[in-house]
Amino acid sequence: MKSREAIFANIRKSLRTGGEDGKRRETVAARIEKHPRGIIPARGQKADRERLEVFRQTVEDAKASIVILGNKDDVPAAVAAYLRSKNLPQSVRHGEDERLSLIPWAKERTLEVTKGASDGAQLASVSYSFAAVAESGTLVMLSGADNPTTLNFLPDHHLVVVDEKDIAGDYESVWDRIRERLGANKMPRVVNWITGPSRSGDIEQTHLLGAHGPRSLHVLVVRSS
Amino acid sequence: MTQTVNSPHFKENARKALDDVFLQQALARSEKGFIERRKAAVEKLPEYDALRDSARDLKDHILAHLDLYLEVYEKNVIASGGHVHWATTAEEANEIILGICQRLNAKTVAKGKSMISEETGLNAYLKKHGIRPIETDLGEYIIQLRGETPSHLIAPALHVTKEQIEADFRRAHTGLPPERNLDEPTSLLAEARAMLREKFLAADVGITGANFLIAETGSSVIVTNEGNGDLTQTLAKAHIVISSIEKVVPTREDAATFLRLLARTASGLDLSVYTTFSTGARRAGDPDGPLEYHVVLLDNGRSNMLGGKFQDMLRCIRCGACMNHCPVFHAVGGHAYGWVYPGPMGAVLTPSLVGVEKGGQLPNASTFCGRCEEVCPVRIPLPKLMRNWREREFELHLQPAAARYGLGLWAAFARRPAIYRATTSLAMKFLRLFGGKGRFRALPLAGGWTRHRDFPAPQGETFQSLWRKRSQKR
Ligand code: SF4
Repeated sequence: MKSREAIFANIRKSLRTGGEDGKRRETVAARIEKHPRGIIPARGQKADRERLEVFRQTVEDAKASIVILGNKDDVPAAVAAYLRSKNLPQSVRHGEDERLSLIPWAKERTLEVTKGASDGAQLASVSYSFAAVAESGTLVMLSGADNPTTLNFLPDHHLVVVDEKDIAGDYESVWDRIRERLGANKMPRVVNWITGPSRSGDIEQTHLLGAHGPRSLHVLVVRSS
Repeated sequence: MTQTVNSPHFKENARKALDDVFLQQALARSEKGFIERRKAAVEKLPEYDALRDSARDLKDHILAHLDLYLEVYEKNVIASGGHVHWATTAEEANEIILGICQRLNAKTVAKGKSMISEETGLNAYLKKHGIRPIETDLGEYIIQLRGETPSHLIAPALHVTKEQIEADFRRAHTGLPPERNLDEPTSLLAEARAMLREKFLAADVGITGANFLIAETGSSVIVTNEGNGDLTQTLAKAHIVISSIEKVVPTREDAATFLRLLARTASGLDLSVYTTFSTGARRAGDPDGPLEYHVVLLDNGRSNMLGGKFQDMLRCIRCGACMNHCPVFHAVGGHAYGWVYPGPMGAVLTPSLVGVEKGGQLPNASTFCGRCEEVCPVRIPLPKLMRNWREREFELHLQPAAARYGLGLWAAFARRPAIYRATTSLAMKFLRLFGGKGRFRALPLAGGWTRHRDFPAPQGETFQSLWRKRSQKR
């Protein structure tokens, strides 16, 4: 505790304030409560189908692949096709998310679907994203049993389903949705913003895909009817 | 045990760097990429400059209310089940982290990239106490194998060539077939990925830095392109965040403002691949994640910078752009600066944190070309702050020594006219790359000295020939 007090005392001394200054406290409390938005780039601020088109572009710019499906029932075939195209075994793992359980996986006879977190042994995982952001081609994943965080990072291939209606223009809209779901200042243990497959620029400053996280990221958008 | 300060030897360090063939190759390769990538990213975002202004104002607001935002942050970390530890000094931060590791009987610790842990010399400290730290960022891993420190904020192994990495891997990864082919960067990456995957799964504790701390929610934020920070913090029993106090931001919206600037300026991406907001430990029903979450908040001299001439430096978001665009950095590399932080930001921050006696000559390592300020996403007036340090030296009556240093540095360059010209022409090149409307406020390193003094006759073939080779490649 001594250090804590020393740090606060020194900050206040340097700022020449007593800390009990009511006006400063009000300013801080108001900013936290109102959480005003900053400058939001126009790029993502498009309506519906146009926003989807921006998202498709930004996802591809981030070196992920993307398919747009008319319907949830098309997901199994699209997953199987992706696995075939990468010469991968027909096997994926996903979490407890009800939206994933409702996908008719049995339509793909050879596709093995297991449930749970990853221990590093899986080559491909499927997650359902909470939201996405058109501005930068970003997927927003929340931790928990529905979509375990390890599925985002350990498998070589990460396949992510996102509903078209959940593609926001900007990050700020997604923060508001998280507030709606969890309460004013609450967060899940982890929020992962994922923008493209993992990469490293550490060998002679050339960007190479497939560092510690997935080597490739495949986004499956389910259109709103 | 903090990171040793070798900054008083800048002149010597710089001379060695200029003669280091490998280093010169590595530096020559990197500069253009950084500059062009940033330029392309910035051109794609019309709101970029407006974002910079608002980020600057927001940082100033935060610093003026730093005590209060830290209070809110602490309250919310605790409310979400995390622990906050305060450290006035580097030693104290190391002791706190060691204490947590020992309580958990940790044998190995996985580490995400953290400049604050470089500042405290954490790796050496843990090793001394029988705990093995493993750096997991590829660049950090490479330099850990080499027994070196980072030479750049976001590209720690900037100074290493591909051939050197291959040799390091062959030396360190002894279990693998010696005849394996490591010619391609991709095979080096694949080998590092496989080696580190085992380490992630075996580590007892994961330590990461933080790019931002969010007061509103008590969250810490890290950005990586590799995903190493996420594996580090997800797979271990405990996640320890080590951060300095000025990283706090009020809200999630405010974090978004800085995140829009950080990756674009640092690496030319719209956003880093992984931006991770961590709040507390594993929750009921979570199938994965750490069981404990700790934040160690380090001051180490920062609270003294508030309210003074160098407060602006605390706006820094560690993007690395100022060094990417610095002709001196590109001539001598990061290690010559002699402590943790290189380039223009290091030249200002180092004397603030380690004292003007040890770091005071770094502000002389500048051509005052002004590029650093022009690219800084939070508009830190770096050249002005470097000049402030010179004035401060005068006030502290350090001037004779400082002047000797400055002169000595100039002389080190002047004895090798190619270096002097190179530094100048490098700066010119940078200006051209940017559209050429820059200006020089002063001649590199010499100031008013040149009019009144004689200098030893030029010599130094080594650099000249090197420079010629380098120029031919452009
Ligand atoms: S001083 Fe500015 S340009 Fe340099 S690292 Fe800090 S934020 Fe980036």
